[in-house]
Amino acid sequence: MTVQLAPAPRQAHRKRTPPQRRMARFDLRGVPYLLVSPYFLLFAIFGLFPLGYTLWLSLHDWELAGDKSFTGLANYTELIVDAEFWNAVFNTVGIFVLSTIPQIVLALLLANALNKRLRGRLLLRLGVLLPLVTSVVAVAVIFSGLFARDYGLFNWMLGLVGVEPIAWQNEKWSSWIAIATMIDWRWTGYNAIILLAAMQTIPKDLYEAAALDGASARVQFWKITIPMLRPTIVFVVFISTIGGLTLFTEPVMFEGNPQMTGGTTGQYQTVAMFVVEAAFRNYEMGYASAAAWLLFVLILIGTAANYWFTRRIGGSR
Amino acid sequence: MTNHKRSVVTGVLVTALAAVTAACGGDATPASSAGATAAAEPVTINVHTFGAGENFGYDAAVEKWNAEHPNIQIKYSNLTDRFEDVYLPQLLQRLQAGSGAGDVVGIDEGAMGLLAARPQFFTDLGEHGLQDRKADFPAAKWETGVNADGKLFALGTDIGGMTMCYRKDLFEKAGLPTDREEVAKLWPDWNAYLEAGKKFQAATKDAKWMDGPNTIYNVILAQEAPKNGNVSYFDKSNQLVLETNPAVKTSFDWVQRFSKEGLTAKLQAFTPPWTKAIKGGGFATMGCPAWMLGVISGAAGESNKGNWDVAAVPGGTGNWGGSWLAVPKQTKHPKEAAEVLNYLTGKDGHIAAFKEAGAFPSSLPAQQDPEVAGLKNEYFNDVPTGEIFSASVKDLQPVFLGEKHAQVKTSVEKVLEGMDQGAVSYEEAWSKFTAAGVKAAG
Repeated sequence: MTVQLAPAPRQAHRKRTPPQRRMARFDLRGVPYLLVSPYFLLFAIFGLFPLGYTLWLSLHDWELAGDKSFTGLANYTELIVDAEFWNAVFNTVGIFVLSTIPQIVLALLLANALNKRLRGRLLLRLGVLLPLVTSVVAVAVIFSGLFARDYGLFNWMLGLVGVEPIAWQNEKWSSWIAIATMIDWRWTGYNAIILLAAMQTIPKDLYEAAALDGASARVQFWKITIPMLRPTIVFVVFISTIGGLTLFTEPVMFEGNPQMTGGTTGQYQTVAMFVVEAAFRNYEMGYASAAAWLLFVLILIGTAANYWFTRRIGGSR
Repeated sequence: MTNHKRSVVTGVLVTALAAVTAACGGDATPASSAGATAAAEPVTINVHTFGAGENFGYDAAVEKWNAEHPNIQIKYSNLTDRFEDVYLPQLLQRLQAGSGAGDVVGIDEGAMGLLAARPQFFTDLGEHGLQDRKADFPAAKWETGVNADGKLFALGTDIGGMTMCYRKDLFEKAGLPTDREEVAKLWPDWNAYLEAGKKFQAATKDAKWMDGPNTIYNVILAQEAPKNGNVSYFDKSNQLVLETNPAVKTSFDWVQRFSKEGLTAKLQAFTPPWTKAIKGGGFATMGCPAWMLGVISGAAGESNKGNWDVAAVPGGTGNWGGSWLAVPKQTKHPKEAAEVLNYLTGKDGHIAAFKEAGAFPSSLPAQQDPEVAGLKNEYFNDVPTGEIFSASVKDLQPVFLGEKHAQVKTSVEKVLEGMDQGAVSYEEAWSKFTAAGVKAAG
């Protein structure tokens, strides 16, 4: 903030300050802290405390409503050789890649289209945001219906061209496609709007100059729009990373029951589901806490990779 | 900022926090003191249960009690239709947290081992005089309700028994007999059931012989366990015997055969597609403990009345499921809760539940009551359920279920579903099945 507060004369401390002055000083100096404190207080209660408590739990063999004993790092050593955990990590990253890449590409194309002079532009722009307003659960329920084996719309359409009904939940590839579709349907429009906002800040004269030099619309898109959008694209990737690595609702609803196993052999069990399964299906709170902490570390690594990526883009510009 | 001012800020925050806390606590305090001091004031007893369709079937029983007992009002809520993965984790969290559980809670047989090992969470019913009820129950039902401390913590509600439900209309279309006596003759054993299934499947395209792997798996396991020392996944010292118990392997093998023959609709029991198929005629037969009748009538609805019928099950009697009621220690009204529990697990409660949900009484006086013995189920073409289930539970053997039974059950049944749907190959299925069980027990 650049707002100058009242100058703080040193001698003010020395004198005995009358109550009004004191209130005024408190008003200036104390109140801002008071006003920002609810956030930090809530963050401490719902953010920091659970983080620390989870770490504490992860060092125990802690059964829900059962025995508790300190075991040190045993949960972690068990976890890093647990094939089911790494399967969950693989699924999470796989679904993330499968959903994010088409999503960013589509969002770019969509934003580019919406940036043109179109009839009813405002309506169209509002339209792409519409999926975001619907609840995740509603989206997942509808899509699970569309991807149903017996009476699903997609299988019916595939049937028209002679393809046998697919049990979407049954294979990794098919379940990942189904879940990625749900994610993309909901988030592509949102990213498109962010990219569109960034596109509108690109100076028009760049395009005019390029047009004068004879650059086609396609060349303009690749040589001007994309480079100018890089920071925004990185931001969008950031947001998608956090969302992607904590993916939970879509695969749970897609499974159709709350067992958290992500299919019969864990075809689409994400790390978040793995944590819930350990904690509230097998009642091993300690093991679940350790998995939650590893997920936290994974997200840190992902974010660090992105940060490194951002720095590189900044340098090349 | 000076220290003085920092303490002002902190003071404000502390006061605000205290106000919030006080507001939260304000609700509970007067209520509890009222319950402790004045018995004249009406006490509300929350009864929490689970289950699909008609679940515990306590609507009529609760209505009757509430009319007769102005001082103790029952509030009956069926929390969810899923036990292992919704109701039980929620109950355990509430027990651990020390609040939120009902005053009387329903427990499925799968979790009785788990909760019997946690005596600290439940009221000793013996303290409220329920020790006298011992003669009312078969020994096995009673013993399961005794916890690790040797205290009585739960009393039995229903008992499973075993029959086979079948879709009359689908049988007719496939050219199979529809009369329940003749249907019973069609499948004296599981081999005959398999052959009948093949015949059905040859004549029918858009429906399958059975729902999926796990209902029949549980039926056969319930029949086989008594032949192998009355244990399924755990022996009586809580050691995992999944890999060595012939009962488990036999049940597994049968399910694999049914699946290989293409007789299953590849459905997962107790999910929306399964419920839809019960209603829409997606499959023709399903193993039916008494409580399953309530699930079917609830799922299939009035439009299907008379389409489902009940016949004897291949392979003889067995018990799948059945529940208990217990009083968590956190209740503010243990005495009144025990009274309610005593009523619901008493003869009248059992009979009312049987009439409403088809849940067959485990209470011996209720079983012997002419009203139960003579009861027919109108939804299933007036099948004499009283007579059929009385016969089915007559020589019932108690099967021991270990502390981690629920976790192991969920894990191994997942593998069966994977095998049935093709995600696990038939060759690998048994090794994956045992590996999943070992992991869940570990």
